[in-house]
Amino acid sequence: MRLSAYNLRCVRGGCQVFDNLRFALESGEALVVTGPNGAGKSSLLRLIGGLVRIDGGTLTLEGGDAERSIGEQAHYLGHLDALKPSLTARENLLFWVQFLGGGSLDTADALEQVGLAGLADLPAGYLSAGQRRRLSIARLLSVPRPIWLLDEPTAPLDAAARDDVAALMQAHLTGGGIVVVATHAPLGLVGARELRLGAARAIAA
Amino acid sequence: MSAFTAMLARDVRLATRAGGGALMGVLFFFIVVTLMPFALGPDLALLQRIGPAVLWLGALLANLLALDRLLAVDHEDGSLDLILNAPLPLELTLVAKAAAHWLTTGVPLVVAAPLLGLMLNLEPASTAAVALTLLAGTPALTCIGLIGAALLVALRRGGLLLPILILPLTVPVLIFGVSACNAAIVGPMPFGTPFTILCALTLVSLVVGPFAAAAALRHAME
Repeated sequence: MRLSAYNLRCVRGGCQVFDNLRFALESGEALVVTGPNGAGKSSLLRLIGGLVRIDGGTLTLEGGDAERSIGEQAHYLGHLDALKPSLTARENLLFWVQFLGGGSLDTADALEQVGLAGLADLPAGYLSAGQRRRLSIARLLSVPRPIWLLDEPTAPLDAAARDDVAALMQAHLTGGGIVVVATHAPLGLVGARELRLGAARAIAA
Repeated sequence: MSAFTAMLARDVRLATRAGGGALMGVLFFFIVVTLMPFALGPDLALLQRIGPAVLWLGALLANLLALDRLLAVDHEDGSLDLILNAPLPLELTLVAKAAAHWLTTGVPLVVAAPLLGLMLNLEPASTAAVALTLLAGTPALTCIGLIGAALLVALRRGGLLLPILILPLTVPVLIFGVSACNAAIVGPMPFGTPFTILCALTLVSLVVGPFAAAAALRHAME
């Protein structure tokens, strides 16, 4: 599987976010997107996920499911957690697994892996920001999709949980997945490539 | 459980849990209809004559209450991003959401209508006609409202814009709903004529609503 971008251009609100952006990722490779606030990290992730229109260039996925768009083969984990406060942690996760078509991992095991096993029956409204983020990450584990698009995945997490998430990302890469992650904090991923976005123009490393 | 029923079950559960909007519509319906006799005075003949129209107007407004949150909530908490990239086509997802809205808002209105008919001095026959026309007409209100809810997400505005956008489009439903009731009570037109047109309006909106709303949402997310 190969995700490649050629001369990508993104315009939002009449302002050019980036232009001539290029990268290519093989299975098992990670791309760490860095840059100052407003450099277009989130825009790039949403663009790969099909949530922002591509204004120029091409984005292709070779070796994927030709019947489905890139967005449908990717998990997008943004700043919003997509959780309903009145549903319990388990109900939230179970809904997304049923709706997105999962089944690779039992929801109880997924909650166990992100350290929420004891809180499964608590309404999501009572969870802290870090716990909510962990619950969202459980979704990535339960629904198998090859590409992970992570926007500041570790921002609300404590140090131990950051290491856990980095380990889950590493496991996804080992299993042949692709990870594109926007972050300010170093994640310690082995063999990750870095894409530094500037304020005006992107330079691919 | 399929993706369609998962979405349907989630929305029904959210509406019926604490903080959901399932009861709001019925209570609002109840209050609007209760206020009418106070405003018009205890003229039983008048209430009987305008009863079906009052019930239809009340149901129309009550149906709007939960609509502006139908898609806005999913947009605000990020669920819409995931819904757009789900294997289930967006149109079918919207059908599931509309069905959940109808089950939690439209059906209680139909059930409450005969009770409120008593307060307006309606005959049993005309009460049955109102309930039957509401049963046939409320899915149309929901599906037309779905388009408005999607446009609100696109425009990033909420609240009062929805009634302004939606109410003009519901005029045909209102006209044929009330005229079917009146046909059943006073004639001379047979009940079937306006009622079948009402059913046709519902069928058209069932087809057009989800597609138009999906188009609005796709445009909005770009």
